[in-house]
Amino acid sequence: MPYFGSEEMVKELKRALSNPNVQADRLRYKNYITKVIRYMTQGLDVSALFMDMVKASATVDIAQKKLVYLYMCTYASDKPDLALLAINTLRKDCADPNPMVRGLALRNMCNFRMPGMTEYIEQPIVAGLRDKASYVRRVAVLGCAKMHSLQPNTDIDGTIVNELYALLRDPDPVVVVNCLRALEEILKDEGGVVINKPIAHHLLNRMKDLDSWAQSEVLTFLLRYRPRSDDELFDILSLLDSFLQSAHAHVAVATLRLFLQLASAHPAVQADALLCTSAPLLATCGAASRELRFAGLCHVQQVMRSQPGLFGTHYKRFFCGYSEPTYIKFRKMEILVELVNDENVALVLEELRSYCTDVSPELAQAAIAAIGRIAQTYSEKCLDILTGLLALKQDHITSAVIQMFRDLVWFCPQSTAAVCQTVEACVDSPQDSEALLWLLGEHGDQISSAPYVMEGYIDGLKTELSSAVKMELLTASVKMFLCRPAETQDMLGRLLHYCIEEESDVCVRDRALLCYRLLQRGVEETRKVVTGPKSDPSMSVLTGRQEEPISQWASTFNTLGPLSGCDLCPQTAVISAADQPSSSAEKELLPESTDVTLSSPDDTEEEISLSLGPPLSHETFEKMWLDLEILQRQTMGFPRPRTALDTLQAALQLVKIQTLAFTPGATVPWKAYIYTRSTGTLILAELLQGDQHAPGIDESLVVSVKQQPVNQHAIRGFVSILKGVLQTLNVDSS
Amino acid sequence: MISQIFILSSKGDHLIYKDCILTAGFLCDLMSGLHFIHARQGGLYWVASTKTNPSPFTIIEFLNRLAALTKDYCGSLSEKSVRMNFALIYELLDEMVDFGYIQTTSTDILKNFIQTEAVSSKPFSLFDLSNVGLFGAETQQSKVAPSVAASRPIMSSRGEQGGKNEIFVDVIERLSVVIGSKGVLMKADIHGEIKIKCFLPSCSEMRIGLNEELSIGKSQLKGYSSAVRVDECRFHQAVKLDEFDTFRILKVCPSQGEQTVMQYQLCDELPCAPPFQLFPSVEKDYVNRSVNLSMVLIFLKLRCDLPPKSTALNVSITVPVPKGSTSMSQELSSPDQTAELQPKNKALLWEIPRFPGGAQLSALFKVDVPGLSSASLLEVGPVSMSFELPKQTCTGLQIRFLRLSPTQTGLSQRWVRYVTHSDSYTIRI
Repeated sequence: MPYFGSEEMVKELKRALSNPNVQADRLRYKNYITKVIRYMTQGLDVSALFMDMVKASATVDIAQKKLVYLYMCTYASDKPDLALLAINTLRKDCADPNPMVRGLALRNMCNFRMPGMTEYIEQPIVAGLRDKASYVRRVAVLGCAKMHSLQPNTDIDGTIVNELYALLRDPDPVVVVNCLRALEEILKDEGGVVINKPIAHHLLNRMKDLDSWAQSEVLTFLLRYRPRSDDELFDILSLLDSFLQSAHAHVAVATLRLFLQLASAHPAVQADALLCTSAPLLATCGAASRELRFAGLCHVQQVMRSQPGLFGTHYKRFFCGYSEPTYIKFRKMEILVELVNDENVALVLEELRSYCTDVSPELAQAAIAAIGRIAQTYSEKCLDILTGLLALKQDHITSAVIQMFRDLVWFCPQSTAAVCQTVEACVDSPQDSEALLWLLGEHGDQISSAPYVMEGYIDGLKTELSSAVKMELLTASVKMFLCRPAETQDMLGRLLHYCIEEESDVCVRDRALLCYRLLQRGVEETRKVVTGPKSDPSMSVLTGRQEEPISQWASTFNTLGPLSGCDLCPQTAVISAADQPSSSAEKELLPESTDVTLSSPDDTEEEISLSLGPPLSHETFEKMWLDLEILQRQTMGFPRPRTALDTLQAALQLVKIQTLAFTPGATVPWKAYIYTRSTGTLILAELLQGDQHAPGIDESLVVSVKQQPVNQHAIRGFVSILKGVLQTLNVDSS
Repeated sequence: MISQIFILSSKGDHLIYKDCILTAGFLCDLMSGLHFIHARQGGLYWVASTKTNPSPFTIIEFLNRLAALTKDYCGSLSEKSVRMNFALIYELLDEMVDFGYIQTTSTDILKNFIQTEAVSSKPFSLFDLSNVGLFGAETQQSKVAPSVAASRPIMSSRGEQGGKNEIFVDVIERLSVVIGSKGVLMKADIHGEIKIKCFLPSCSEMRIGLNEELSIGKSQLKGYSSAVRVDECRFHQAVKLDEFDTFRILKVCPSQGEQTVMQYQLCDELPCAPPFQLFPSVEKDYVNRSVNLSMVLIFLKLRCDLPPKSTALNVSITVPVPKGSTSMSQELSSPDQTAELQPKNKALLWEIPRFPGGAQLSALFKVDVPGLSSASLLEVGPVSMSFELPKQTCTGLQIRFLRLSPTQTGLSQRWVRYVTHSDSYTIRI
């Protein structure tokens, strides 16, 4: 590579370019110019040759001109004084009889980035706008935008804007689209180009003449237009109908987006459009280009948020090809899980089963997780598969399977017996410690060998590194002690002794001390604290996806949003990372002081403001809900409002409380999960009516609040706001 | 709106770099809000960066189109050809994208503006000589287009080769099949396309006749005959379809270069038997039980169900093997086949360069796996295959005729080629 000794190289080139013999021989001369450009591409500084290159621009050979212009555009900002020399040649070219030369010169002159360029290019641009060759007009129109970007803070030139609006009627389609683009750039601060009725209708009528790139761009501009009446709306939609089936995926998808946006008040039209576009979308999912395939899959996932049934019959399209890259396989598995129904469950499971032995551990674990998700609906079949996988005795597989078992037991208590039986058989090689320990502790009574497995862990405690495992081990042992004291007593003693006397991690030691003191209070006390519910089937309200309204995602459709997919995850990660230390510090350092400040009277009068912030995904909510403790539980004293659920949702939204999920209609118990943000904390809450455990207060609504990080003041504010809304609704409905 | 366009080699070197937005020092301060979108074609990365939130479909399709155009103009797509033709590619980019906005990608328009000649990077090859007859006499071979004929630049006005007025019509199908453990066909999709690669400097209307009995959609079955059926098809916007409904004739004025005239797909159904059937048997065998030296015997019998005259090429079979496999011995039926164990991928690879239709090949693999348990046999499978079927379409779609309009001057050669690739061919054990 010519990074070393580049000065020599440049000198040599300079000598050659200024050699009259070389200049006389056109081919040789051009060869040297090509060489200069090649070095430029490789990142070598050849700006010293500027003078020689300017000379070379005075030629009739267009190919050579292009090369020289490319060079000049790159280095003009470094050598503004020398670049001025080139402008004369360029301006002369702008008056050339050949439109190609005119266009070329104008385009490159506009590409020079140097101060004071505007005064040289303004006149040629204005002339170019009226040129009779469409090629020059195209260049001149974009030249207006470039001129504006050179001096972004100057006033907008009204005459140019008017001229551009007039050029929207140009016969050349590319000029029309370039006008839209240029106006968009120039009027950026004023909200971009205005699409009024005549312009919109003009564009719609020109659609057929445009090439596919221009079509999809015009469709994006049309998103701004709001038709006045339903008649106009349907006229527009019928004009665009054929584009839904376009052979170009980008046009079909852009049309779909426009349909979804324009027909937001007509769900039937939206559904029809989705049905129409499902074929092109599915075709992109099988496209030869992997990147296109990925984009297609992401958008299919987005459509499925509202219309899960749309692709149901095509589930086989989402089977993974063995040579596909993993990022496509992951998406396909996610889609497959959503598409499972009674008819295809056997085939889908068989397919997923074949991915579980994949050579990539991540993929295998994802496949197992997918089976685990399906198991929440079809537990029997999935359990068979998961159990079969345990026999492979491979670390990553066993670990993933045990995690799935834990989730399954939590969501579907009816599968507990089967899981316990399987765990019993496989625990000779314990893998995923935390999930396994949880299972052992929670269901120790059903797993006969549980104490012996746990003993193994306790004996190997010195080599255990993860403090999370140690804490789980402590809790699990205490639970086990409660149901099988005789077998556990001895080892629990050893465990507590070790954790209190020798453990260096403060959290583990604290947990051990807590357990020890609890046990001192007696078995019954301990039982009350340690044993919680063993499962919560109603939590599946959260995991079962609800059909979202199309408007929820239509605005990000056909953008990069769906591709980044987990655009919600990084934000929540930031929340937890930033807030964790502060909250734990608060808990440790100021446990009482918060209470003190809370009781001060003037504090309660202060208004608390709620905000929505970025939306939470179901998965994140579920995870946080399980991780956090209930901070406040309050009986509202009145039943839930008898209004429609939409009204409730809208009313809550009005006071900036987001509804995540709720049980439909009049089911008992009725539950709803809501969340909101306030001054740096995230508040999660559950509304519950008709709790089986407390039949007395049957008719009243109970709200349980969790929060991260803790801020009692915010919670009280939240509860009072919530109470206000619900009461208002109650009054309205009665 | 595209901010920058790169073409990178597989190692990440800049081959081509074009800054479309004219702000100096742009990369440094805006890196955070910048999205990079890339497509991989021909072993190169085609990358676009953008500050806005554009349609991913548009950008990816544009990058693919850029790659296709580069291939058209340079002849082939490789790091070497891009390096050699960088001036040409800059010229192309200059006309295609202005200020980050796509201007045009049509060859018909572009060819008026492109001045640079392609430098073709054809290595000297003995195969080229074999086509030249003694003293320039026409040989039998020259009646078949050499496979490299289509990979040359579309614009070589001066070269001797460029004088040939050729047009290639390719029917390419991609097959993705899953066969269940008992030989039941579980999934079969065919994605097909008809591509035209045109070297004629100017071409008037061309008529492509497809099978007359071609039916589209599920409802349209015609009689009892072995109709050729596709589920749905889409056409290039330049194709005129006025004779398609009655005579199945596509009318198109091809522009220079490569373009996809028609795309079609057929799902959940194969008109013919799947091209390969596998009869596997997997057994566990102990060499020496006391030291736990065990092995897996994999016996594969592979039958090719193609018509006897056709052959499959470059057949390769990948069989996953249990974790911890150390070595393998094999018994293959002919010396041109190869087999090897790839411990990194936990798989064995069996390759057959030529597989005639109707033939049956078998192979026995003994894989040594220390510490084998009976569950490990679960890890054997599913088998995946890749192959190429020249002169063969699985849907049965054929091109009946290819007519250029009579006004066409000069001699032109027309070639029709069929090929089926395996996109994904999986057989469960």
